[in-house]
Amino acid sequence: MTILHQPGTEAEAATIVADAAAARRPLLVQGNGTKAALGRPVQAEAILSARRLDGITLYEPSEMVIAARAGTPLAAIEAALAAHGQMLPFEPMDYRPLLGSQGEPTIGAVAACNLSGPRRIMAGAARDSLIGVRFVNGRGEAVKSGGRVMKNVTGLDLVKLMAGSFGTLGFLTEVTFKVLPRPETEATLVLLGLAEREAVAAMSAALGSPFEVSGAAHLPEGPEGPARTFIRIENFAASVDYRIGELRTIAGAARTETLEREASAGLWSSIRDARPLAAPTERAIWRIAVAPSRAADLVAGLRRRLALEALYDLGGSLVWLAVPPEDDAGAAAIRAAVRSARGHAMLVRAPEPVRAAIDVFDPQSPAVQAIQARIKAAHDPAGILSPGRMYAGM
Amino acid sequence: MSTIAFPTPDPGILARRDGIVAGLRAILPRDAVIDSEDERRAFETDALTAYRRMPLAVVLPSTTAEVSAVLAFLNREGVRIVPRGAGTSLAGGAIPQEDAVVVGLSKMNRILDVNLSDRTMRVEAGVTNLAITAAVAHEGFFYAPDPSSQLACTIAGNIAMNSGGAHCLKYGVTTNNILGVTLVLLDGTVVEIGGDALDAPGYDLLGLICGSEGQLGIVTEATVRILRQAEGARPVLFGFSTSEEAGAAVAAIIGAGIVPVAMEFMDKPAIEICEAFAKAGYPLDVEALLIIEVEGSDAEMDAALARIVEIARRHGVKTVKESKSAMETAAIWKGRKSAFGATGRIADYICMDGTIPTGQLPLVLRRIDEIVKGHGLRVANVFHAGDGNLHPLILYNCNDPNEAARAEEAGNDILKLCVEVGGCLTGEHGVGIEKRDLMRHQFNEDDLAQQMRVRAVFDPAWLMNPAKVFPLDGRVAA
Repeated sequence: MTILHQPGTEAEAATIVADAAAARRPLLVQGNGTKAALGRPVQAEAILSARRLDGITLYEPSEMVIAARAGTPLAAIEAALAAHGQMLPFEPMDYRPLLGSQGEPTIGAVAACNLSGPRRIMAGAARDSLIGVRFVNGRGEAVKSGGRVMKNVTGLDLVKLMAGSFGTLGFLTEVTFKVLPRPETEATLVLLGLAEREAVAAMSAALGSPFEVSGAAHLPEGPEGPARTFIRIENFAASVDYRIGELRTIAGAARTETLEREASAGLWSSIRDARPLAAPTERAIWRIAVAPSRAADLVAGLRRRLALEALYDLGGSLVWLAVPPEDDAGAAAIRAAVRSARGHAMLVRAPEPVRAAIDVFDPQSPAVQAIQARIKAAHDPAGILSPGRMYAGM
Repeated sequence: MSTIAFPTPDPGILARRDGIVAGLRAILPRDAVIDSEDERRAFETDALTAYRRMPLAVVLPSTTAEVSAVLAFLNREGVRIVPRGAGTSLAGGAIPQEDAVVVGLSKMNRILDVNLSDRTMRVEAGVTNLAITAAVAHEGFFYAPDPSSQLACTIAGNIAMNSGGAHCLKYGVTTNNILGVTLVLLDGTVVEIGGDALDAPGYDLLGLICGSEGQLGIVTEATVRILRQAEGARPVLFGFSTSEEAGAAVAAIIGAGIVPVAMEFMDKPAIEICEAFAKAGYPLDVEALLIIEVEGSDAEMDAALARIVEIARRHGVKTVKESKSAMETAAIWKGRKSAFGATGRIADYICMDGTIPTGQLPLVLRRIDEIVKGHGLRVANVFHAGDGNLHPLILYNCNDPNEAARAEEAGNDILKLCVEVGGCLTGEHGVGIEKRDLMRHQFNEDDLAQQMRVRAVFDPAWLMNPAKVFPLDGRVAA
């Protein structure tokens, strides 16, 4: 039977963790569990959930900063920001469509999983906007790092370590993000019928233009229709019109269309969440980070070995792949190809036995792995916080 | 000034100096080891010149392999190490100690690779900040973080201090613009962190290294992100009768959904000092000046400026002066970026670097004035208004020990004030030795212990830049 701890305060959380550390009882650190299927399965009899740590603790629109307790629903944060015409700059993806999960993602998990979106190249990931954290370490001590001001180099930046640590270094109790004004409007230039190499070249040209492209994605030709390449501009209305016009010159001979406002926003939310690859749900999903110039060759090489479907989100610095789930879900082939392209591959969706049997995250060099293990021990000497979520034995 | 303590030099190390120098000579080319007193003197301080210590020796390696050999040797011998870029730290981050060897990166200054299609560059870590931009400016690209010392400071130092600059409101600070590094660990192991692809697996070591002040290892190469220059950029001067009005205008601009690429604030003393130096055309009849820069096509800049001017008028702006030429733009930025140097021409100064929530600005400016006057001194304020990063320059005479001590006390009081109102001790200069003993004002023992445990992962014996960042007492080894 699984025990569910739902502390309502940081002090309660600290007591729960200290007791678990003394008893060497592992805890699965969670928000609302919508991303429970990410990472390696954790062997723990107890869950430590942030869901009762709820509520915005600070929001100063004119200072572009928001803080909330870790279990606050992301939707509540986004609604509060929208009411003041602001947003989380890094456009956090929603994993529910891919993972088929239910419930409300929490802001703490946005930080813990270092979520990002198609605006990544321009606005960074959660790590780049996260300016302060409070967390309970594996000793049961409440620790603060960073703060509520956006420029702060005081001491070691433990904020960065917490971002993307998937609950293995600490139980986040409060997170503080810098935010940005929401652009007045957006539009998307669509280039039709480009082959993948041409599409990557067009996207790179757009991203390297002075027009502040905030999204560049490509859906190769498939049963849904011809190949489409998407370039997004977000700005004041006059600038959007002007910049979309200027960007048309990179289309060459390709036919173009423009998606305005809602149509553009709907498209990018779909790309952000990799929804074009979500069905059929049996397929395994890989999230690959690679330099744009090597993306098309990487996919072309893998296509010769695997029945794959690809989605390029180059503004998000990503290529998503959907592959058959059998055997190792393509791990051997994908890892080898990604390694030679000097990228990284994360297995996002696969049957649980596959996720338990292969590394979900790329294996690292022995020297780096040793540092990572010691960082884990420096936070969680008893190894009780979501052990094994990222790497076996860590 | 002498209120900041240095650890007592280890007599055992001092006694073994000849052997240590001989050991360094055995692994490095002849001209890479500096041991004469005359030549070592150039390395005894950085830009916090009130403090200086003669290092045991200085080495200037040319390759990652040499850095690795040096660190492995010094680690084996138990000798302390002070890494150094260009020595421009205002916080004393590169000040040596008598029993430490300075490892300087100035010879590692090559651009290794430029990739315009992926918008990345690979550089050796001793390259200067401005040289990175200079290498791609003709292609229309630039490296975004632009600390005032960018002509001299190295990317190694920028990474160590997580440096910012005037334009980070839009483009972020160093940690947002570095994709990968080659890091030499204390035992000489060379590791690659990150690369030209984002999302390196595991904990964010790259984020940890940025701002770690040379305590975790020595960065010898870096992959940096470069950006395409905007079609145009135009700074505009806005003069106000009060700092409150200027501060309210900044808040209203952000509230209107406009994030200018830079919003710089100067008070009257700073305006006068910088204008006398740079002849930038700053208005001299105002109490507060904002330099606001916008980017884009001419039509876009016109539109953005029209919005900003309208907001500024609602907040009582007295003068508005737009740059009409590239020369005027250069002069406007020259004035701001030489604020520290220009101040140095009229007095000695210490430069503070606290950050505050911008809503606290009027209160903090008033309190700074009271604090400095209370110590019988003068202050000039320049700061990054959009992000609340303050640079009060406390003017004093360094030949007067009493005045120097008062300047330091005033600085400490200002930094404590920054923390009290919800800010921090340092926004972009780093802790170094300067703010080391104030760390307990911002962090409690558990916070500091967690940082020190992470530090100990890399350096359990506290050999790397050992007297920086953390108070000398109460250190945690692992």
